[in-house]
Amino acid sequence: MSTQPVTLPKDEAAAEGKVNVQINGKWYRFPKGTRIADACNSVGAHVPCFCYHPKLSVAGSCRMCLVEQGMPPRLAPGATPTYGADGYQPIQWMPRAVIACANTVAENMGIRTTSKLTSEARRGVLEFLLTNHPLDCPICDQAGECKLQEYTTDYGSGTHRFTEAKIKKGKNIPIGPRVNLDQERCVLCRRCVRFMKEIVGEEVLGVVGRGAHNAISCYPGKELDSNYSMNVVDICPVGAMTSKDFRFQMRVWFLKSTPTIDVNCGTGTNINIWTREQKVYRITPRQNDEVNSCWMPDSHRLNYKYINAPERLTTPMIKTDAGAPLRPSTWDATLNLVVEQLHKCAPAEVAIIVSARLTNEELYMARALARQLGVTKFDIVPRTGESDNMLISADRNPNTTGAKLILGKTGTGLNTIRRGVKNGSIRSLIVLGEDVTAEAGIPEQDLAELDYLLVMDHSETPTTKAADVVLPGVTFAEKYGTMVNVAGRIQRLNKAIEPVGDSRPDWDILRDITQRLGCDCPRVIACPSPMIILEEIAAEFAPFEGINWGNIGNEGKVITDTGVTIPLIEREKAKK
Amino acid sequence: MSEIKYLPGKEPHPRETRRIFRNIDRVGYNPSIACFIKDGGYETLKKAIAMEPADIIGEVKKSGLRGRGGAGFPTGVKWTFIPKGNTKPVYLVCNCDESEPGTFKDRFIVHQDPHQLIEGMIIACYAVQAHFAVIYMREEFPEAAHIMKKALQEAEEHNFLGKNILGSGFDLKIVLHRGAGAYICGEETGLINSIEGMRPYPRIKPPFFPAAIGLYGCPTIVNNVESLCQVRQVLMRGGEAYAAEGAQRSPGTRIIGVSGDVKRPGYYEIISGSLTYGELLYDICGGPKRGRTFKAIIPGGASAKVMRCDEKLTGRNPDGTVREMSIFDVPMDLDSIAQHGSMSGSGGVIVMDDSRSMPKVLNNLNRFFAWESCGQCSPCREGNPWMLKLSTRIINGQASPEDVDLLKSVADNICGRTVCAFGEACSWPTQAFTTKFREEFLALTKPINAQKAHNPETAEARKFLTRED
Repeated sequence: MSTQPVTLPKDEAAAEGKVNVQINGKWYRFPKGTRIADACNSVGAHVPCFCYHPKLSVAGSCRMCLVEQGMPPRLAPGATPTYGADGYQPIQWMPRAVIACANTVAENMGIRTTSKLTSEARRGVLEFLLTNHPLDCPICDQAGECKLQEYTTDYGSGTHRFTEAKIKKGKNIPIGPRVNLDQERCVLCRRCVRFMKEIVGEEVLGVVGRGAHNAISCYPGKELDSNYSMNVVDICPVGAMTSKDFRFQMRVWFLKSTPTIDVNCGTGTNINIWTREQKVYRITPRQNDEVNSCWMPDSHRLNYKYINAPERLTTPMIKTDAGAPLRPSTWDATLNLVVEQLHKCAPAEVAIIVSARLTNEELYMARALARQLGVTKFDIVPRTGESDNMLISADRNPNTTGAKLILGKTGTGLNTIRRGVKNGSIRSLIVLGEDVTAEAGIPEQDLAELDYLLVMDHSETPTTKAADVVLPGVTFAEKYGTMVNVAGRIQRLNKAIEPVGDSRPDWDILRDITQRLGCDCPRVIACPSPMIILEEIAAEFAPFEGINWGNIGNEGKVITDTGVTIPLIEREKAKK
Repeated sequence: MSEIKYLPGKEPHPRETRRIFRNIDRVGYNPSIACFIKDGGYETLKKAIAMEPADIIGEVKKSGLRGRGGAGFPTGVKWTFIPKGNTKPVYLVCNCDESEPGTFKDRFIVHQDPHQLIEGMIIACYAVQAHFAVIYMREEFPEAAHIMKKALQEAEEHNFLGKNILGSGFDLKIVLHRGAGAYICGEETGLINSIEGMRPYPRIKPPFFPAAIGLYGCPTIVNNVESLCQVRQVLMRGGEAYAAEGAQRSPGTRIIGVSGDVKRPGYYEIISGSLTYGELLYDICGGPKRGRTFKAIIPGGASAKVMRCDEKLTGRNPDGTVREMSIFDVPMDLDSIAQHGSMSGSGGVIVMDDSRSMPKVLNNLNRFFAWESCGQCSPCREGNPWMLKLSTRIINGQASPEDVDLLKSVADNICGRTVCAFGEACSWPTQAFTTKFREEFLALTKPINAQKAHNPETAEARKFLTRED
């Protein structure tokens, strides 16, 4: 043909290891083996899916993702293919829709996601899914983030044709300590079954009953008690799996989600904090394929109650006399008092215990404070446990790596401090964000022997009770900052709610004390925000070079090689 | 053949050709290996095992043998789908989950002539080089399971199974696996899941084509009982001789199971295409019962589309001219009936005379399919009980004329959108019945029913929807 281009698009694509695919009339190139659903979604031709989840095996059973598909006509033996002016073969559309999740793209394939055939197929499937569904959206926790609702606006009919009696199944079944099951709302996508089998490796969930009486259930004698059980609530596209913790607490459309990271261990699981009016309602995992995939452990997810608990410290407190109770004060008076008292201490008799739960910016300010005071006894409290070979790291501090980078060698000074407190060689102790009576192993009677104990923390602990001055800091949900996880990835904390009461971000408190102690270094006292402190850190510490608040992004950046890996992520990569 | 005597009343009709069913209901014949060998059994195996496996496949391809499970896929071609350069073990599975309503052919083979199947299986296993094979037998054949177990043991004792079969160096183990009573286990990928110990949810294709990814992820050939017996016939007679007999595109004999309203229902083995539906029903089966006339025929098991006996079909004469014909003029091969919108499937012919109410027949079928849907994919799981509820309302006189169209529309929404062919199997009857016997359905409906709440649940709901003022 004279109009035929010299090089055909198929050859150009093949050279890149790709194939040409026409989606809704426009040609795109995708790597070989791309699923039709992923290809369509990536170019904005949305494909509705219930059962398909990129991290799980393909079930292909919901049939919601049906698309019209076409291929070049099959050639008679010996015939040569014909190409149009654009260099593509004509597409012969198939009379049957195919599922977009299980099928992969091929050269010269055509996909229509908005054609009559496609939308009729989807309308039919959606109608079926709603026939035995209880339609109890007003009291369903999933309402507002329910795929069935979402697709009903796209493919639902205004009237219903099903007027028969619905099939009754189990409701409100406590299938585990943290998850409830409603079998009537279930669309039997089996994402939960596949998650427990493939990701957790425990065969706990299965399907029982025949035909329309199919229902998700636990194996006899088992319950959904894995520490990862609540992920089934996240991946459930409808309201079948609900979190006992979040049930009936708040309509999801009132919640604001803030992307941030989890601080319960060194993994730094990416999360969203869901808040309304300064109250945290739930935490869900946020996808990051280098950190936590799409999952998070229940123990971390549910550890947020302390943020809005009555034990929170909301105002600075001082002890005016030995033996007197702590009484509230103002920030100005308290900081002046602190500075006055610190000036009286001999630097050799002062020690600082700082938490590796603080952000890099706070650690930087703590270091500035130590330098201003001339204190050399200075350490973090290591906190280790057992790795669960999934996402929970053996290091239970979220920022040990950052502390090592900013404070230098850590871990050896703590014993000296503990001994010094016991034998009286340390007379004053500054504790930043730790309860030293716990992991640090300094008993309360030893704390009582100190001349001076300054504590900064967000909640009341035995250490704050023993303190001479208590400075109310904030939790991870109330501040900006960065942390470096066990694998050397710097990640951002974002503020989800305002600091509770009169509490202030820890970096802010530390900066004020340092300034009032007489520091005149502009690199410390002029810092108005953690973002600016990060720039100072980037300028001073080699691994942080070139890092700024913006370029960390929502997925973080590897800044140092720790040699530590996250088992679940390694398994996921090996599967590919 | 004159020496073969059959039980009284079970004698073959002169127009039959008994090959597979040669020993069924034969006087003095029993399922023992001695009886089979005396009758020339395992001689074909001796001939086959001396051949090259590729030659056996070539012979079966040459014969044009097509699968007898219902889909009619060429058996020899299926065998060649095992990936080239495959290093995994190959498995062969005999599908003896004969559950299609109206189909009863395999049950006679496994009850009365098990060694015929075993011999066919050994030949097929040798051809595809499978050293492990499974007979998947439906739960409802407990007696056959005993017989088959004993037959397998006898075959092993005679070295037709086990190590180094007949000194050829070929090893084969055949095990019997019993289902638990589900129609869907007859779907080959559901069957494979069932053998693996899982729910018999059919697998999605692609990627799970059994010949590539089958039992335990290995290439697996799934063949019907009758197909495997036919393989023995092909080797016995030679591929070319086999291909020469019967219809050109579906050679060999076929076993037809006739049930319903005829004078002599039963099984009949005929040369494919050698007679028409009319000859079958009037000549062999004796025509309709006294005083009755034929009304409808389901030509290939419950899921095939029903044919009206007074339906006018168009056929082509040898000279190319078009002629009008009826279902009785359609020859009984695998393809002819497909041209008229139905299928000959597994050979189960269900006949209904003018005493039958078609909505009731459909409701009966719908009850079967609603019970047997596996529930994996949405259209089939939710559509089948809906169709059943609608057809139940129609036969109870609680439906409105619109419900007939709704019933058809529900079937249309299932068809072609499911994981496996069950979607077609369950929707075709409804599509055909409501289209071809629409007047019978409409006669049972009343327009006023559209205004009525026809179940307590809806009645309750209506209380809150209707305003008193």
